[in-house]
Amino acid sequence: MADRKTITIAIMDAPYEGARSTTALRLIDIAARRGYNINVFAYEGAVLQPFVAQKPHPNAVHGRTVEEENHFMPKDAIAALMRAAEHNGGKIDWVNCGLCVDERGAAEAVPGVRRGSPADFWKMAEASDNTLVIATR
Amino acid sequence: MPKYLLIESRDPFDSNDTQFCCDLARQLAGARNDVTLFLVQNGVLPARPGPQSGELARVAGAGVRVLADSFSLKERGIDATHLASGVTAAPLDIVIDALAEGAKVMWH
Repeated sequence: MADRKTITIAIMDAPYEGARSTTALRLIDIAARRGYNINVFAYEGAVLQPFVAQKPHPNAVHGRTVEEENHFMPKDAIAALMRAAEHNGGKIDWVNCGLCVDERGAAEAVPGVRRGSPADFWKMAEASDNTLVIATR
Repeated sequence: MPKYLLIESRDPFDSNDTQFCCDLARQLAGARNDVTLFLVQNGVLPARPGPQSGELARVAGAGVRVLADSFSLKERGIDATHLASGVTAAPLDIVIDALAEGAKVMWH
Protein backbone atom coordinates (compact mmCIF):
# COMPACT_ATOMS: atom_id res chain seq x y z
CA MET A 1 0.00 0.00 0.00
CA ALA A 2 1.58 3.25 -1.14
CA ASP A 3 -0.36 5.37 1.29
CA ARG A 4 -0.14 3.35 4.48
CA LYS A 5 -0.93 5.65 7.35
CA THR A 6 0.29 5.32 10.90
CA ILE A 7 -2.13 6.29 13.63
CA THR A 8 -1.59 6.39 17.37
CA ILE A 9 -4.45 5.93 19.80
CA ALA A 10 -4.13 6.36 23.57
CA ILE A 11 -6.71 4.66 25.75
CA MET A 12 -7.18 4.69 29.51
CA ASP A 13 -10.35 2.76 30.28
CA ALA A 14 -10.44 -0.69 31.83
CA PRO A 15 -12.46 -3.39 30.04
CA TYR A 16 -16.17 -3.86 30.83
CA GLU A 17 -16.55 -0.38 32.34
CA GLY A 18 -17.65 1.90 29.57
CA ALA A 19 -18.41 2.49 25.93
CA ARG A 20 -15.05 4.13 25.28
CA SER A 21 -13.32 0.73 25.23
CA THR A 22 -15.74 -0.54 22.60
CA THR A 23 -15.33 2.58 20.51
CA ALA A 24 -11.54 2.33 20.73
CA LEU A 25 -11.63 -1.26 19.50
CA ARG A 26 -14.01 -0.26 16.71
CA LEU A 27 -11.60 2.48 15.61
CA ILE A 28 -8.65 0.07 15.66
CA ASP A 29 -10.73 -2.39 13.64
CA ILE A 30 -11.44 0.18 10.93
CA ALA A 31 -7.78 1.15 10.70
CA ALA A 32 -6.68 -2.50 10.68
CA ARG A 33 -9.05 -3.28 7.81
CA ARG A 34 -7.42 -0.45 5.86
CA GLY A 35 -3.97 -1.90 6.42
CA TYR A 36 -2.83 1.04 8.50
CA ASN A 37 -0.14 0.80 11.12
CA ILE A 38 -1.72 1.38 14.49
CA ASN A 39 0.07 2.28 17.67
CA VAL A 40 -1.88 1.82 20.87
CA PHE A 41 -0.71 3.22 24.16
CA ALA A 42 -2.71 1.71 27.01
CA TYR A 43 -2.55 3.69 30.19
CA GLU A 44 -4.09 3.19 33.62
CA GLY A 45 -6.91 0.58 33.59
CA ALA A 46 -6.58 0.05 29.85
CA VAL A 47 -3.58 -2.22 30.46
CA LEU A 48 -6.15 -4.83 31.47
CA GLN A 49 -7.67 -4.86 27.97
CA PRO A 50 -5.19 -7.49 26.65
CA PHE A 51 -4.81 -9.30 30.01
CA VAL A 52 -4.61 -13.05 29.30
CA ALA A 53 -6.34 -14.14 32.52
CA GLN A 54 -9.74 -12.89 31.31
CA LYS A 55 -12.16 -15.81 31.41
CA PRO A 56 -15.63 -16.26 29.98
CA HIS A 57 -18.36 -17.23 32.42
CA PRO A 58 -21.89 -18.63 32.33
CA ASN A 59 -24.87 -16.44 33.11
CA ALA A 60 -26.75 -18.04 35.97
CA VAL A 61 -29.40 -15.30 36.01
CA HIS A 62 -30.46 -16.11 32.46
CA GLY A 63 -29.61 -19.80 32.68
CA ARG A 64 -27.02 -19.69 29.91
CA THR A 65 -23.87 -21.82 29.71
CA VAL A 66 -20.44 -20.44 28.94
CA GLU A 67 -20.92 -21.37 25.29
CA GLU A 68 -24.40 -19.87 25.10
CA GLU A 69 -23.28 -16.71 26.85
CA ASN A 70 -20.47 -16.30 24.29
CA HIS A 71 -18.88 -13.73 26.54
CA PHE A 72 -16.95 -10.92 24.88
CA MET A 73 -13.24 -11.12 25.71
CA PRO A 74 -11.29 -7.95 24.95
CA LYS A 75 -8.02 -9.95 24.93
CA ASP A 76 -9.41 -12.16 22.13
CA ALA A 77 -10.64 -9.12 20.21
CA ILE A 78 -7.21 -7.52 20.47
CA ALA A 79 -5.48 -10.69 19.28
CA ALA A 80 -7.92 -10.86 16.35
CA LEU A 81 -7.30 -7.20 15.53
CA MET A 82 -3.56 -7.84 15.47
CA ARG A 83 -4.09 -10.72 13.04
CA ALA A 84 -6.40 -8.60 10.89
CA ALA A 85 -3.91 -5.74 10.72
CA GLU A 86 -1.15 -8.12 9.69
CA HIS A 87 -3.40 -9.81 7.14
CA ASN A 88 -4.05 -6.43 5.55
CA GLY A 89 -0.41 -5.43 5.45
CA GLY A 90 -0.30 -3.27 8.55
CA LYS A 91 0.56 -3.90 12.16
CA ILE A 92 -0.53 -3.04 15.67
CA ASP A 93 2.14 -1.98 18.11
CA TRP A 94 0.41 -2.19 21.50
CA VAL A 95 2.31 -0.73 24.45
CA ASN A 96 1.09 -1.19 28.00
CA CYS A 97 2.28 1.38 30.55
CA GLY A 98 4.66 -0.62 32.74
CA LEU A 99 3.89 1.09 36.02
CA CYS A 100 0.15 0.73 35.37
CA VAL A 101 0.74 -2.98 34.70
CA ASP A 102 2.67 -3.45 37.94
CA GLU A 103 0.02 -1.66 39.98
CA ARG A 104 -2.64 -3.99 38.62
CA GLY A 105 -0.66 -7.23 38.41
CA ALA A 106 -1.47 -7.41 34.72
CA ALA A 107 1.90 -8.44 33.35
CA GLU A 108 0.60 -11.35 31.27
CA ALA A 109 -0.81 -10.01 28.04
CA VAL A 110 -1.65 -11.51 24.66
CA PRO A 111 1.31 -11.91 22.27
CA GLY A 112 2.26 -8.68 20.55
CA VAL A 113 1.75 -6.47 23.58
CA ARG A 114 4.90 -4.93 24.98
CA ARG A 115 5.76 -3.03 28.10
CA GLY A 116 6.63 0.64 27.91
CA SER A 117 6.18 4.07 29.41
CA PRO A 118 4.61 7.42 28.54
CA ALA A 119 7.87 8.16 26.73
CA ASP A 120 6.83 5.50 24.21
CA PHE A 121 3.58 7.31 23.67
CA TRP A 122 5.52 10.46 22.82
CA LYS A 123 7.73 8.51 20.39
CA MET A 124 4.68 6.89 18.81
CA ALA A 125 2.93 10.24 18.37
CA GLU A 126 6.07 11.75 16.88
CA ALA A 127 6.31 8.94 14.32
CA SER A 128 2.60 8.92 13.42
CA ASP A 129 0.51 10.74 10.87
CA ASN A 130 -1.93 11.57 13.62
CA THR A 131 -2.85 10.81 17.22
CA LEU A 132 -6.11 10.46 19.10
CA VAL A 133 -6.29 10.51 22.88
CA ILE A 134 -9.42 8.89 24.25
CA ALA A 135 -9.25 10.25 27.74
CA THR A 136 -11.11 8.66 30.59
CA ARG A 137 -13.71 10.70 32.34
CA MET B 1 -8.24 25.39 5.38
CA PRO B 2 -7.40 23.67 8.70
CA LYS B 3 -9.68 20.77 9.53
CA TYR B 4 -11.01 19.95 12.96
CA LEU B 5 -12.97 16.94 14.16
CA LEU B 6 -14.48 17.31 17.59
CA ILE B 7 -15.81 14.06 19.01
CA GLU B 8 -18.53 14.41 21.63
CA SER B 9 -19.15 11.20 23.58
CA ARG B 10 -21.12 12.73 26.45
CA ASP B 11 -24.77 13.57 26.52
CA PRO B 12 -26.20 16.83 27.85
CA PHE B 13 -28.66 15.01 30.11
CA ASP B 14 -25.81 13.43 32.07
CA SER B 15 -22.94 15.92 31.69
CA ASN B 16 -22.99 19.66 32.15
CA ASP B 17 -19.89 20.27 30.05
CA THR B 18 -21.12 19.31 26.59
CA GLN B 19 -21.71 22.97 25.75
CA PHE B 20 -17.93 23.30 25.60
CA CYS B 21 -17.73 21.23 22.42
CA CYS B 22 -20.55 23.11 20.72
CA ASP B 23 -19.02 26.47 21.63
CA LEU B 24 -15.57 25.42 20.43
CA ALA B 25 -16.98 24.06 17.18
CA ARG B 26 -18.84 27.31 16.53
CA GLN B 27 -15.80 29.44 17.30
CA LEU B 28 -13.53 27.35 15.07
CA ALA B 29 -16.02 27.55 12.21
CA GLY B 30 -16.29 31.29 12.74
CA ALA B 31 -12.51 31.51 12.36
CA ARG B 32 -12.78 29.95 8.89
CA ASN B 33 -11.88 26.39 9.77
CA ASP B 34 -13.45 23.23 8.37
CA VAL B 35 -15.17 21.82 11.44
CA THR B 36 -17.04 18.58 12.05
CA LEU B 37 -18.76 17.71 15.31
CA PHE B 38 -19.09 13.94 15.55
CA LEU B 39 -21.45 12.52 18.15
CA VAL B 40 -20.71 9.05 19.48
CA GLN B 41 -21.87 6.77 22.32
CA ASN B 42 -24.34 8.65 24.56
CA GLY B 43 -23.32 11.80 22.72
CA VAL B 44 -25.88 10.85 20.07
CA LEU B 45 -28.83 11.23 22.46
CA PRO B 46 -29.52 14.91 21.60
CA ALA B 47 -29.57 13.89 17.93
CA ARG B 48 -33.05 12.59 18.70
CA PRO B 49 -35.41 15.53 18.20
CA GLY B 50 -36.08 16.98 21.63
CA PRO B 51 -35.39 19.83 24.01
CA GLN B 52 -31.61 19.37 23.84
CA SER B 53 -31.33 19.09 20.07
CA GLY B 54 -31.81 22.80 19.36
CA GLU B 55 -28.18 23.48 20.18
CA LEU B 56 -27.05 21.03 17.52
CA ALA B 57 -29.20 22.83 14.95
CA ARG B 58 -27.61 26.14 15.97
CA VAL B 59 -24.11 24.65 15.66
CA ALA B 60 -24.98 23.30 12.21
CA GLY B 61 -26.32 26.73 11.29
CA ALA B 62 -22.94 28.19 12.17
CA GLY B 63 -21.32 26.13 9.44
CA VAL B 64 -20.31 23.06 11.43
CA ARG B 65 -20.93 19.63 9.93
CA VAL B 66 -22.80 17.71 12.65
CA LEU B 67 -22.69 13.92 12.34
CA ALA B 68 -23.92 11.13 14.59
CA ASP B 69 -22.34 7.66 14.71
CA SER B 70 -24.80 5.31 13.01
CA PHE B 71 -23.83 2.37 15.28
CA SER B 72 -24.41 4.42 18.44
CA LEU B 73 -27.78 5.53 17.07
CA LYS B 74 -28.77 1.94 16.33
CA GLU B 75 -27.66 0.77 19.78
CA ARG B 76 -29.98 3.34 21.35
CA GLY B 77 -32.93 2.75 19.06
CA ILE B 78 -32.73 6.18 17.47
CA ASP B 79 -34.05 6.27 13.91
CA ALA B 80 -31.22 7.55 11.73
CA THR B 81 -33.73 8.83 9.18
CA HIS B 82 -35.46 11.11 11.69
CA LEU B 83 -32.69 13.02 13.38
CA ALA B 84 -32.74 16.54 14.74
CA SER B 85 -32.38 19.38 12.29
CA GLY B 86 -28.82 19.72 11.02
CA VAL B 87 -27.69 16.25 12.15
CA THR B 88 -26.80 13.43 9.76
CA ALA B 89 -25.91 9.81 10.52
CA ALA B 90 -22.41 8.68 9.56
CA PRO B 91 -20.15 5.69 10.21
CA LEU B 92 -17.28 5.73 12.68
CA ASP B 93 -14.95 5.65 9.67
CA ILE B 94 -15.27 9.44 9.75
CA VAL B 95 -12.80 9.49 12.64
CA ILE B 96 -10.19 7.34 10.89
CA ASP B 97 -10.66 9.40 7.70
CA ALA B 98 -9.97 12.59 9.64
CA LEU B 99 -6.92 11.13 11.36
CA ALA B 100 -5.56 9.91 8.03
CA GLU B 101 -6.11 13.32 6.46
CA GLY B 102 -4.18 15.02 9.24
CA ALA B 103 -7.11 16.84 10.78
CA LYS B 104 -6.91 17.97 14.38
CA VAL B 105 -9.04 15.41 16.21
CA MET B 106 -10.16 15.95 19.76
CA TRP B 107 -12.11 13.53 21.98
CA HIS B 108 -14.48 14.78 24.65
